[in-house]
Amino acid sequence: MDKITERLAEIVGKDYVSTSAEERFIYSRDQGVQQPHMPDYVVLPDNARQVQEIIHLANNDSIPVVPMGGGLVLSGLTIPLAGGIVLDMKRMNRILEVNESSHYAVVEAGTSQGMLDAYLKKHHPRLKHSLPDAPPAATIAGNIAIHGSGHLSQSEGGFHSEMVTGLEVVLGSGEMVKLGSCSTVPGWFSRAPLPDLAGLFLGWNGTTGVITKVGIKLFPRPRFHDVLIYMTEDIDIAPDILFRIIETEVAEDINYALSPKPDYLNGFQMIVINLVANTEIELNMKKKIIRDALYDYYKTKESGFMPLPPAMKGDFLEAPQKALSKFADVKKGGGFEYVGAIMPVEKIPDACREGVRITDRYGITYSLGARIIGRGHSAMFFFAYPFNRADTQDIEKVSHALEDTNAAALKLGGIPWKTEVSGQKLILEQMEPQTSSLMMKIKSLLDPNGIMNPGNWEVK
Amino acid sequence: MHELKFDPEICKSCTSCDCIMKCQYIDLESDQAKSEHAKLVAGEDSSILHDCVTCYACEEYCPFGNHPFYLIVERQEQRGVHPAPKPLEESQVIMMGPKGRIKPKELSPPVMNMCFFTVMNGGIRGSLFEGVSKFGGSDVFCNLMFLHFARNSTIRQRLPLMIENIMKNFLEPAGAKELICYHDECYGTYTSWAPAFGIDVPFKPVHLFDFIYNRLVELKENIKPLGIKVAYQRPCSNRLCPQTDHFVDDIFSLIGAERPKREFEYENALCCGGVPEAQQRFELTEEIQHKNVEDMKASGAAYCVFNCPFCFWTLSEPVLKAGLIPIMMSDLCLMALGE
Ligand SMILES: Cc1cc2nc3c(=O)[nH]c(=O)nc-3n(C[C@H](O)[C@H](O)[C@H](O)COP(=O)(O)OP(=O)(O)OC[C@H]3O[C@@H](n4cnc5c(N)ncnc54)[C@H](O)[C@@H]3O)c2cc1C
Repeated sequence: MDKITERLAEIVGKDYVSTSAEERFIYSRDQGVQQPHMPDYVVLPDNARQVQEIIHLANNDSIPVVPMGGGLVLSGLTIPLAGGIVLDMKRMNRILEVNESSHYAVVEAGTSQGMLDAYLKKHHPRLKHSLPDAPPAATIAGNIAIHGSGHLSQSEGGFHSEMVTGLEVVLGSGEMVKLGSCSTVPGWFSRAPLPDLAGLFLGWNGTTGVITKVGIKLFPRPRFHDVLIYMTEDIDIAPDILFRIIETEVAEDINYALSPKPDYLNGFQMIVINLVANTEIELNMKKKIIRDALYDYYKTKESGFMPLPPAMKGDFLEAPQKALSKFADVKKGGGFEYVGAIMPVEKIPDACREGVRITDRYGITYSLGARIIGRGHSAMFFFAYPFNRADTQDIEKVSHALEDTNAAALKLGGIPWKTEVSGQKLILEQMEPQTSSLMMKIKSLLDPNGIMNPGNWEVK
Repeated sequence: MHELKFDPEICKSCTSCDCIMKCQYIDLESDQAKSEHAKLVAGEDSSILHDCVTCYACEEYCPFGNHPFYLIVERQEQRGVHPAPKPLEESQVIMMGPKGRIKPKELSPPVMNMCFFTVMNGGIRGSLFEGVSKFGGSDVFCNLMFLHFARNSTIRQRLPLMIENIMKNFLEPAGAKELICYHDECYGTYTSWAPAFGIDVPFKPVHLFDFIYNRLVELKENIKPLGIKVAYQRPCSNRLCPQTDHFVDDIFSLIGAERPKREFEYENALCCGGVPEAQQRFELTEEIQHKNVEDMKASGAAYCVFNCPFCFWTLSEPVLKAGLIPIMMSDLCLMALGE
C-alpha cells in the first residue's frame, strides 16, 4: 500500500479505499462515448469531515479529486481526466431533516433520488421533491451540480438548482462553508435574503468544491394524477401548443417527444401533459381547461389528443418516467449519449430538425425531446443517441453526432447542458471574455491548486 | 373492386329513416333526418358525416339491411371527413398494419383468432377453453376498427390478405373449417362487412359467446350458480351481429347471473366512450359514460361484463368508481366454474 492509500484508509477506513485494477476500471468510464481514464484511487467518504481531510491531503500532494454521485451524467464529467481520486459520495446518503411546514429536506450529498422519494412517500406522504427522469440511483447533489431538471420544473419553479435552499460545501481549498439561511440561523429554508453564494457550486460540475449537504425544496403531493397526450405531425405548431398549455398554469409537467421508434410514432410529435389534483373534480376541471386551450387546433383534426384508456396510461403517470431509460438500451451494449441543451422554447422545431439531420448524417437512431422549464422560460431539449459499446463504429458515429449536436445547439441560440469537455470549450469560446475570466478567477479562488475535477470548465 | 352493396332505391322508398331517427347521438327531426340522409345517399355533404360517432348501431336499426353505416363511412372517406385527428388515424394505420411475421404453429380444432388482442391470451384458460388452439396479431387482424376512422379502403385492401393468412397458415394446416372469433369485430367482419363488400369468407366464423355457451353446456355439472346481477356492455361491433345477443342471456341462465332491466341495453346500448374520445368529443364522452354507468348502477348490477377488451380498458375505471366490478365474459364464466 502506498503512502497516499494508507493515509486515505486512515481517513475513511480501509474498506472504503480501493486501488484495485477492477474497481478503477469501473470508475474510469461512464455509459457515454467519452474516452475512459483510470483513477488512481477510489474513495468513499462517510461524512463531511472526512471529505475535508481528503481535500487537504489532495491539496498537499496535488492529487486531482473528482466528486461522483450516481455517475449517471453520461457526458464523462465523472471520468477522472487527470487520474487522482474519484470521490464516490454514495455512503453519504442520510436524510437529515424534513421540514413539513417550510417544505424542505436536508440531505447528505450522496442521497439518491430514489431514496429521498421513497423516504418521503413513507414518512411524509403529503410531500415530494422534483424527480429527474434519470435512473433513481442519481444523486441529489450530482443533479443540482449540473443544473438538472425534473417533473416539477415546469410548475414549481425551474431547474433543480433553483430549488436548492442551502448547501454545505468543502471548497477545493479545503474550507467547509454553509450557504443560505443555514449559514446564519438553524433553518435551511432559503437562500434569500443573503448574497447568493450557492451559485458558485451549481453548474460547475464539481470544479469548485465538494457539496456535502443539500437543502432542497419539497412540494405538496396531490392524490390524483392523470395524463393527456397531444399528437401532431407539424413540428412548427409545437411551440404554440406548448405555450397554450403553459398559459393555463394547470399542468404539473410538460414534455415533448419525437422518436422514430416504434414505427407507428415515427414523425409524430407527442406532447405529454401530466396533471395532479387534490380532488377528482379539480382533476377533471384541469383536463377541461387544457383541452379548451387547444380547441382551435384539435377542431381541425390536423392534430389532437390521443385517447388513453386508464389501463394504457401506466408508465406515463409515474415519476421518474421510464421511457427514456428503456430507450437507452435499445441498441443493446449499454451505450447511451444523452446530450442536452437549454434553449428558448420557440427553438424546439429547429432543434428537432437539426437532431434528425444529424442522426440521418451518421445513420444512428435517436430520441428527441424537451421538458419545459418554468412557465415556458426555457426548455431542456435532449438529443438522446443510444449505441452499442462493443461496436467501435457505432461509438465513432455517436461521437461525431455529439460534436455536431453541441455546435448546432449553440448556433440555434441554446447552450449545451452538462456537456463534456469539448462542449464546454465550445461554450467558453463563445462566452463574453469578461465572463469566462470571472469564472476562472472564482475557480482559482475556491480551488487554488486546481485539484477539483481538472479538465472541466478550463480556459486554456 | 369490392363495392358496397347498397341500394339507394331502398332509402328513397323508406318512410321511417330508422338509421337516423333511432340514433342516440344525432338529434334530427324526421324531415331533417330524411333530407340529411338523402344528401348522404347522393354523395353530398351532410351533417351526418360530421356528427356520426361511428357506433355502428344504424347497421342494426335499418330494417332492410341496407348498410347505412358502411355508407356513412364510404361517404366520409370520399369527402375527406376525418372523424379522429389525422395523426392518430395515420399512426393507427401503421400500428395495426400487417407485418408479415407469421410464426408457424401447430394447431388443432377448435381454433380461435385472438384478433389484435394477443395480450388477452391469458384469459383463454381453464376448462372453458381446454383444447382450444389460438393465434392472433396484426397479420390476421380483421382491421374493422378502421370504420371508426372513415377508412373502408384500409379494410378492403387488407382483409383479403388476412383471410388468406388465416386459411393458409392456420385453418388449412389444422384441418379446421370453423374459426372462433375472440372479438365481435372479427365475427362482424366475416358475417356482415365482408358479404356487404362482396368478399368471400372460406370458413365458418363462430361467435365467442356461441362457443362459450356450448362449452358451458358440456361443463354444466361443474357450474355453481353465481346469483349476481350483471350489466352487459354491448360493444359497437355487436351491432353487426345482433343475432348473437341471445347468447348473453343463454350464458347468464347457465351460470346463474341475472341481466337486469336497463334503459341503455339491447338496441339502446351506449358506446363505451373510447371512440368519441378519439374524435375529441370530450363532453359527449363524459356524458355517455356517466349515463351508461349510472344506468348500470340503478339496475342493481354488481358486475359489468365485457366482451370487447377495448371497452373493458375504457370503461373499467368509471365502472369501478360507481362500485361495480368490471369483468370479461370469459372470466365471469370461469368464476361460475370455480376456476
Ligand atoms: C435515462 C436517463 C434519463 C435522464 N433524465 C434526466 C432528467 O430528466 N433530468 C436531469 O436533470 N437529468 C437527467 N439525466 C441525466 C443524469 O443522469 C442526471 O442529471 C443525474 O441526476 C446526475 O446525477 P448523478 O448523481 O448521477 O451525477 P454524477 O454523474 O455522479 O455527477 C454529475 C456531475 O456532478 C458532479 N458532482 C456529483 N456529486 C457532487 C458533489 N457531491 N459535489 C460536487 N459535485 C458533484 C460530478 O463531478 C459531475 O460533474 C438522465 C440520465 C439518464 C441515463
